[in-house]
Amino acid sequence: MDKHSIIICILLAIITTNLIRVVPMLLIKGQINNRFLRSFLYYVPYVTLAVMTFPSMIQTTISPLSGSVALVVGIIAAWRRMGLFPVAAICCAIVYLMDSLI
Amino acid sequence: MRRIDIIQGFRDGTPIALGYFAVAFSLGIIAKQAGLTAAIGFVSSFFTRASAGEYGVYTLVAAQAAYVEIVAMCLVANLRYMLMSAALSQKIAPDTSWVHRVLMACCVTDEIFGISIARQTYCPPAYTYSAALISTLFWASGCAAGIIAGGMLPTNIVAALSVALYGMFLAIIMPPARDDRYVLYAVIASFVLSGACSITPMVSNWSSGTRTIVLTILISAVAAWLKPVTVEEAHG
Repeated sequence: MDKHSIIICILLAIITTNLIRVVPMLLIKGQINNRFLRSFLYYVPYVTLAVMTFPSMIQTTISPLSGSVALVVGIIAAWRRMGLFPVAAICCAIVYLMDSLI
Repeated sequence: MRRIDIIQGFRDGTPIALGYFAVAFSLGIIAKQAGLTAAIGFVSSFFTRASAGEYGVYTLVAAQAAYVEIVAMCLVANLRYMLMSAALSQKIAPDTSWVHRVLMACCVTDEIFGISIARQTYCPPAYTYSAALISTLFWASGCAAGIIAGGMLPTNIVAALSVALYGMFLAIIMPPARDDRYVLYAVIASFVLSGACSITPMVSNWSSGTRTIVLTILISAVAAWLKPVTVEEAHG
């Protein structure tokens, strides 16, 4: 693809991706009163993050074992409210050590 | 804009930024194959900020796809941002101007959304902006670095950095799951069904973006039907 076409593709991607983000925000004015919709949106964040975490977390590492151990230890650390950075750092350290040593 | 919000945004945005750099670096290697220069890769990543979406676009560019395919790919791969934006709209203080709402919507990525909805009771715009700013700079730089120096970073370091994102996801979802057992049930259902979908014939061919959308709508709808929340719970 020539440079001109690549730039058009990138511009299309930028416009489309940001419209997807902005449109719901403009359509929903203020608080939603419908109880089902409120409840649905309450669960969405946790469900979507959980779905994205598993099984991707154990597929991204060199051995599935290191990802699995990082997942379990990460869950325990997060359960104990250790915070974003500590949990992330623990997971990284486990994967680095296990993938390097095994 | 409160100073504390800006500082907290940078603090929580920093681990995200490091994870982004690693992921964007590997994305840059694909962008290079599609013919992107480092400058175009930087601009593209800075304004799109969509891992799966960008990956899809670059592979389409490499395959000489039509413009309509690019748009369709962006819609499907990023549809979850629609849900996230709708959910985030409920986390913004009612008196916030529409300019802030639009800008906050543009900041939505999986991770920025994750830390923004974790704020109690409402998410201040300054927090989202500063977290998005630092992470986006690393995201765009990572992509440019990947285009320039792809393949030079050892794979074990790339693999280790890439789990930082998932570690943060866990840190976001586990404390609320501990406080609200229905959130815990929803999280467990999400893990189980997501794992099942990745090995079930036919369904396993779905892209991870599609799987995320379908399971998010399904599980959240069932949870909302079985255990509707009261007004106070939805904010806390």
